[in-house]
Amino acid sequence: MKVVVDLNRCQAYAQCVYAAPRHFVLHGREALVYDPSPDEAARAEIERAVHACPVRAITALPDPAGETK
Amino acid sequence: MSCTTLFEQVLDPDNRANPYPLFAQLRRQPVCRQEDGTYVVSTHAEIARLVSDPRISSEDLPDPQKFRWTGHPITDLFVRPIRAEIRRRHQPFIFRDPPDHDRLRGLVMRAFSPERVRRMREETADLTNELIGKFAGKAQIDLVDDFSYPLPVTVICKLLGVPPEDEPQFQGWATQLATALEPNQRADEETQAKNEQCFTEISDFLRDLIAKKRKEPQDDILTDLANGTKPGNASGDDPDEDGAETMNDFDLIATAVLLLVAGHETTVNLITNSVLTLLRRPEHWERLRDDPGIAPRLIEEMLRYEPPVQYRTRLAVADIPIAGVTIPKDAPVVLLLASGNRDPARFADPDRFDPDRPDNRHLGFGGGLHYCVGAPLARIEAEVALVSLARRLKNPRLVEDPPPYRPGASLRGPRHLCLAFDGIADA
Amino acid sequence: MTAGPSGPPERILVVGASLAGLSAAHALRAEGFAGALTLVGDEPHAPYDRPPLSKQVLRGLFSPDTTLPRRPELRAEFRLGTPASRLDCEARTVTLADGSTLPYDRLLIATGTRARPWPNPEEASLDGVFTLRTRDDAARLSARFKAGPKRVVLVGGGFIGFEVASTCRDLDIPVSLLVRDGQPLAAALGPRLGGLVGTIAQERGVDLRLGAEIERMDSEGGRLTGVTLKDGERIEADLLVAAIGAVRNVAWLEGSGLAADEGGVLCDGYCRAIRANGDIVPDVFVAGDVARWPNPHQGEALVAVEHWGNARAQAEAAARNMLAGPATGLTRHDHLPDFWSQQFGLTIKLVGLADGADSLAVVHGSLDARRFVALYGREGRTVAAASIDSARWLPAYEAAIREGAPFPPIEGAIDQPRLRIEEP
Repeated sequence: MKVVVDLNRCQAYAQCVYAAPRHFVLHGREALVYDPSPDEAARAEIERAVHACPVRAITALPDPAGETK
Repeated sequence: MSCTTLFEQVLDPDNRANPYPLFAQLRRQPVCRQEDGTYVVSTHAEIARLVSDPRISSEDLPDPQKFRWTGHPITDLFVRPIRAEIRRRHQPFIFRDPPDHDRLRGLVMRAFSPERVRRMREETADLTNELIGKFAGKAQIDLVDDFSYPLPVTVICKLLGVPPEDEPQFQGWATQLATALEPNQRADEETQAKNEQCFTEISDFLRDLIAKKRKEPQDDILTDLANGTKPGNASGDDPDEDGAETMNDFDLIATAVLLLVAGHETTVNLITNSVLTLLRRPEHWERLRDDPGIAPRLIEEMLRYEPPVQYRTRLAVADIPIAGVTIPKDAPVVLLLASGNRDPARFADPDRFDPDRPDNRHLGFGGGLHYCVGAPLARIEAEVALVSLARRLKNPRLVEDPPPYRPGASLRGPRHLCLAFDGIADA
Repeated sequence: MTAGPSGPPERILVVGASLAGLSAAHALRAEGFAGALTLVGDEPHAPYDRPPLSKQVLRGLFSPDTTLPRRPELRAEFRLGTPASRLDCEARTVTLADGSTLPYDRLLIATGTRARPWPNPEEASLDGVFTLRTRDDAARLSARFKAGPKRVVLVGGGFIGFEVASTCRDLDIPVSLLVRDGQPLAAALGPRLGGLVGTIAQERGVDLRLGAEIERMDSEGGRLTGVTLKDGERIEADLLVAAIGAVRNVAWLEGSGLAADEGGVLCDGYCRAIRANGDIVPDVFVAGDVARWPNPHQGEALVAVEHWGNARAQAEAAARNMLAGPATGLTRHDHLPDFWSQQFGLTIKLVGLADGADSLAVVHGSLDARRFVALYGREGRTVAAASIDSARWLPAYEAAIREGAPFPPIEGAIDQPRLRIEEP
């Protein structure tokens, strides 16, 4: 999968950290560090994180299939 | 109808089953002064703005208890004010502002770690299956008494570290103390007396339990709060990284009571409201049964559509100009979250239940500094409960619609929800 | 002035396949554009996110693959690894470096910037001398960080410099940060908060040198061995990262008639490209780091905003305007500039424009606690708000900045120290 977080919008509610602790981590109080390219097997957790975000800052989509180049 | 009387109707138990048409009328005036000087805010944009406005305080809410002269000068001039001051100083963090709020909440978040919460998913699944297993051989159950009520209290007791044998007692206390969060109930003298009694009992119980946790530390939240924890990288509310801070016993007890009360009734309502909503729309029930992966979005939509906490009361500490009105300093402010969630200016077709709704920035868990601490746990409990119920209940039907509601307008939910079904599937 | 766009487009060409280009493409589909959509990129990679490069990618946390998510309904053709070399507005074509020519009905210019190269080419080509802008830059630098350099010298007092310095400290790599000015980050945050960030960096073990400039780089066998400063001091180092700003990618527009120079490609408030004589160029739009546009939050001053949030917002405004027919109104790009930086475990956020502010007030927390909200005022109006680890207060002040509220806008708030208005 591919994940991007709008960190302007993020207010460190940490809901993604609870939903998918292996893929979203807070360093300090507000610095969110996340996996931009999690394995497809993590989909359930990542989707939980997407929907739990109170400010809807997380976009996660499956890897695009061969549309480029 | 003038909006100065609409909120009274929201509080009226007769309107509990469906307050949403009243909200629609209230939203015609987004910020509306009530006759008692309270300002009711009912639109999404204005609520979202006020939850992160630093002129809105959670402290010093006007006490509905009327101060009656007892005729004893020592009681009236010394004892009562001192007691009041102690209570004021050791309010749980839901009723505190920063910096105290941040410090207390930070300590709770440290104990309420992602790893610890994650482990509760499996425990919750076991508990859920156990409760559903007890439906075997029955044709009808009361979802509230037989499922929604026992589940959250057991989960929070396990997290806190309350021994299983004390759970029933905890459940009783939780139910009684929930009325203290209910503005239209806590003013009642009898309720107040019961709450005082209950608070004394639970405080004594917790004081003993905390002493035990200090002597024999265990892997639970109360142990961590009582003894202080090593800083983790848990969450955005983490206090100073090098702080070995703990909270004093007054704050610790207030916090434990808060986690019990706020985490209990709300979760009961989330689960019960969800089942009610889904069984009114069986296509969603079937969809969840066939694809548990939709549970997260379905639950967020539930938090929008039927939020367990319908409103919160705050206090303006300065004049706040908003939506063409100025909320004056010292005015109580009701943030009508459940109405903001149905605001057509923010949500297309707001009265439709639609789990596929994009950009669902609902107010079901509030927002800003006081965003629900227990949200991650509530999501786990609701997801596990709904997925299991949808999978295991065969052909469930509502027996009574609308069901009877508890009187609370803020923590709103059915008192009973009778379901008929044709048996249960294996776990 | 020329009229708005001609008829509904069938072919839309986006030159630039990074955040702005991809955001525009997504927005075009979301707005219902069903025609042919082509994105041209000079790098061989599909659109990827840059902010993690100076932080987690360099540090080796999670995956280095920061490819941006693409929606299945994007249905775009990507021409990657082939930069555009020429624009012909009359013929409505863009020529690529490989000689191919792409026609368009609407064009979006989103070519962004590249890292400003070290001015001395000989020094720039030394082994151990880097810039940091692309995925490939980050991959190479990350490999060198893993190998355990003796010392890293960072040149430049901007956010990238500080973020890389923070990463070095996380990896326990000795690091010297050379800042030419007397205060770091002064343009973005003002001297006071910029100075605070400098102090934090020093506390975390960064050898911060203010007012320091490189006289020459020293090398042995083509490898960097150190730098000699203008004051004669020498710093032994085997790695150097020049984070000295960005250059806008406008060379390919030479001869196109567009008003494009090192300051960016000029456009109006609706993202429409403008000729040197002030005419609107039909059907050509600009977005992202390369765009220079009138900012309504700064008295319509022409600005180029090199931030993530602006790239997305401007791309979305441009996309809507590319599809706007004569009957539909154009969308004004009125994004309030915002950015974040993560360093030394702290999150710094800013909304508004602090540049030109004449006053500063801390309205929550305190600088000493490294947790606060500070507001910037200019001529009695609130123009910007900065926070460290207090992001949840920002929305209230963002509204005040948008409304041009008096400075300071909110008094008597909870958790507010006694307000003292200071120099920024």
